[in-house]
Amino acid sequence: MAGAITVYAQGGTDIRPRHVTEPRWVQLILIGIALLFIGLVVLLPLASVFVEALKKGLSVYFASLTEPDALSALRLTLIVALIAVPINTLFGLAAAWAVSKFAFRGKNVLVTLIDLPFAVSPVIAGLVYMLLFGAQGYLGPWLQEQGTQIVFAVPAIVLATMFVTVPFVARELIPLMQAQGVQEEEAAVSLGARGWRLFTRVTLPNIKWGLLYGIILCNARAMGEFGAVSVVSGHIRGQTNTLPLHVEILYNEYQFSASFAVASLLVLLAVLTLIVKNIVEWKTASGRVH
Amino acid sequence: MKGSKRRSALPGFGLSMGFVLMYLSLIVFIPLAAVFFKTFELTWTQFWDAVTNPRVLASYRISFGTALQAGLVNVVFGLLIAWVLVRYRFPGKKLIDSLVDIPFALPTAVAGIALTAIYSKNGWIGSLLEPLAIKVAYTQAGITIALVFIGLPFVVRTVQPVLQDLEQEMEEAAVMLGAYRFRTVVRVVIPQLLPALLTGFALAFARGIGEYGSVVFISGNMPMKTEIAPLLIMTKLEQFDYAGATAIAAVMLVVSFLLLLLINGLQWRMNRKAETR
Repeated sequence: MAGAITVYAQGGTDIRPRHVTEPRWVQLILIGIALLFIGLVVLLPLASVFVEALKKGLSVYFASLTEPDALSALRLTLIVALIAVPINTLFGLAAAWAVSKFAFRGKNVLVTLIDLPFAVSPVIAGLVYMLLFGAQGYLGPWLQEQGTQIVFAVPAIVLATMFVTVPFVARELIPLMQAQGVQEEEAAVSLGARGWRLFTRVTLPNIKWGLLYGIILCNARAMGEFGAVSVVSGHIRGQTNTLPLHVEILYNEYQFSASFAVASLLVLLAVLTLIVKNIVEWKTASGRVH
Repeated sequence: MKGSKRRSALPGFGLSMGFVLMYLSLIVFIPLAAVFFKTFELTWTQFWDAVTNPRVLASYRISFGTALQAGLVNVVFGLLIAWVLVRYRFPGKKLIDSLVDIPFALPTAVAGIALTAIYSKNGWIGSLLEPLAIKVAYTQAGITIALVFIGLPFVVRTVQPVLQDLEQEMEEAAVMLGAYRFRTVVRVVIPQLLPALLTGFALAFARGIGEYGSVVFISGNMPMKTEIAPLLIMTKLEQFDYAGATAIAAVMLVVSFLLLLLINGLQWRMNRKAETR
């Protein structure tokens, strides 16, 4: 699963005996094609972000990052992530607990439903909140009476981001906790552990790396979400622009270097995400007790 | 629980299920239901007109067509990359393995501007293709390339574990029965990978039809030619044509649901097979 942690025979990769593998020249060609493809499709775009960002020199680079609109975009992105990620982490923990430790009918349906936001286009995710809270929406007139602004303001951005990132922690934890089973928790209960203590002393230590990775992935998506936020934000400079939206605005104004400079921040976030993933995989492989 | 005689010893079922269902309803189900309620406000003729308008049909064709092409490219190269990562050893393998996840972790807008920069007329690759009269940016080819970028991790990461778990014994048996390598790969190994390949393709396809951020920069957004469905929804919203936007969204939602069911069904089957080994 894209985004899931799995350990692929680290270090223990055997060289396959000659009779069940391809001739060396075929291997080299295949490796070459694979490297070429990855280089072309993945490395090139990554490199181009930094090349374009630094085209006008370091001083322009830093100026673009510290410009007021960029800073407020950064602030908004962080606020949104700080709200969406913890709530969805809580959701993920609750969902994984319910699904992995108990037997009930409709479990598959629930898991499929949790995956819904994953399958829905981000633009539709934004659309649904416009339908509910927009001026022509179902709750629109009522909201106007109350004087509360939801769409084209921060609350809608937070909601849209929450919608899109719902599945991330849950998808990470559910298979993990299902694989770990109920035995340890049941043993703890028979020894007298209750509720919160049961969770923090028994379950949490077992899932901590998967949880960390789920949170990091959720965060990367929350900070990088573009389509859903684009629909509901109103693009008001300095107020309702997140970092990705700011990148778009700069790009559309032909301020390419500035646009790529801000984009490079997001690339660093993605790289950080992957570094954490590798650490988690390494820890899971080497520190596994069961 | 209904029909269950044995109560679980563990606490928290009520609390966790309650929270899960309430949260999902508020954040996911009710908003999604709003789409269908809005659609029901239209008469059947209005709905039909909204979704079969030539511009809308063109956008479906572009969205689905490019996602299909990108999915197929990803199946071929994704299989290749998974194969190379699982079965061969070479320097830099861990780095390549990590790079595969970049499209999954990278914000879509960043991917969009980076790809546009590379494939536009003055870009690194665009300038090479220009003399050959091949245009990539602002064409459907550009959209396909963006979707190839986006969909790559889905195929690779779905195939890798399955490939990893294949038994060497089957290939040895094939060799002993007289098959040379190519035939073994095609007749013995690849068939075992088909469910995973199909799942990966479905995931990449589902992601591709809904993709917005990485496509909207490179496509040029010309109606009837390179306008993807999500963009059309966005445009209609900006024009306050909520009904039209919702109608298109409803169609896409139905397709997404069906794909989701297909994917989960396939994954369930794959997990069943893995358990019975």
